[in-house]
Amino acid sequence: MTGSLTDTTTKRGVPLWVQIIIWVALAGLLVLVGVTLGKRQQGTVQPGEKIPDFTLPLFSGYEYEDRSEVQLSDFQGKVVVLNFWASWCKPCEQEAAELEEAWLYYQPTGQVMFLGADYVDTEPEARAYLKKFNISYPNGPDMGTKISQLFRIRGVPETYFIDQDGVLYYVKVGPFMSIDEIKSIVDQKLR
Amino acid sequence: MHKLFDRKTLRITFYVLLLLTLAFTASTVFAQDEITDDEVNAIARDLYCPVCENTPLDVCPTEACRQWRELIRLQLSEGRSEAEIKQYFVDNYGARVLSEPPRTGLHWLIYILPPVMILAGAFILFRSFREWTKPRAVEAGAGEDEAYVEASDSENDEYIARFEEELKKRK
Repeated sequence: MTGSLTDTTTKRGVPLWVQIIIWVALAGLLVLVGVTLGKRQQGTVQPGEKIPDFTLPLFSGYEYEDRSEVQLSDFQGKVVVLNFWASWCKPCEQEAAELEEAWLYYQPTGQVMFLGADYVDTEPEARAYLKKFNISYPNGPDMGTKISQLFRIRGVPETYFIDQDGVLYYVKVGPFMSIDEIKSIVDQKLR
Repeated sequence: MHKLFDRKTLRITFYVLLLLTLAFTASTVFAQDEITDDEVNAIARDLYCPVCENTPLDVCPTEACRQWRELIRLQLSEGRSEAEIKQYFVDNYGARVLSEPPRTGLHWLIYILPPVMILAGAFILFRSFREWTKPRAVEAGAGEDEAYVEASDSENDEYIARFEEELKKRK
């Protein structure tokens, strides 16, 4: 039996250039998701890391030498104690008095600087908090949450101890239990 | 003749009525100035506090969010517009507080990527369906039996016609 043989070949699937674009887009998306998730799981900055310079605007009444904002680099040669807090944060209240006491203890030496960064807060409540605990060291809002993102904080209170060279050397997550605890960390870097 | 209302009583009544009228007017005016929860929530539902991820500000029960809602109320009472209030929150807490990211920089990816991917998916599906619904063609060099089956449709038709004819004759 004879039959005419059909000789048509058909290309299946999408064109190569479309496939390449799709795979590149998918790979890009996966990288983006991976980087974002990686950053989220990275946790806070770790001791040993050099802290990039940042600017902290200050509440009026809580300025530093009549300046309405300070930079980390202003305190080169000093130990910097950077405390993240908020007026709505109950555990912050546990350590507020200790931090102020520690500041008053170190202030005359000129070797230590305490800074308060008010995280996701409203100014009237923040001011009421500062007044309630008689806090006198420079304090200001973390505008745009830029500083907290820089330190990748996970919550408040968190306190970062930065040495005279701008290198982070200790991270305290949660409230301090006593002034001695603060002193023991600060004194590690005092000559 | 005994007067039903003496002058003194009338005067007191007049002052009492005047006071009541003033009090009523004042309360009406203040009620108009008072910012309702609905007005606050109309803005709050478009904002997210960074502390409570994935919870819109209007339904978030935390103290931080309550303070934010009060701040919105305060700013509304000061006559600020919705756009001004949202800008204040962006300036103070960052663009991530917005439920709808601003159309700037890398944020554009959020608006562009999903429709592009949906279109690409639809294109791929369209192409695939078109391929699947086409009759399967025989590639050159395929086995002879297979080629025979595909190629001899017309002969089959003739055969079937003859076969049916034979069946009719036998009936």
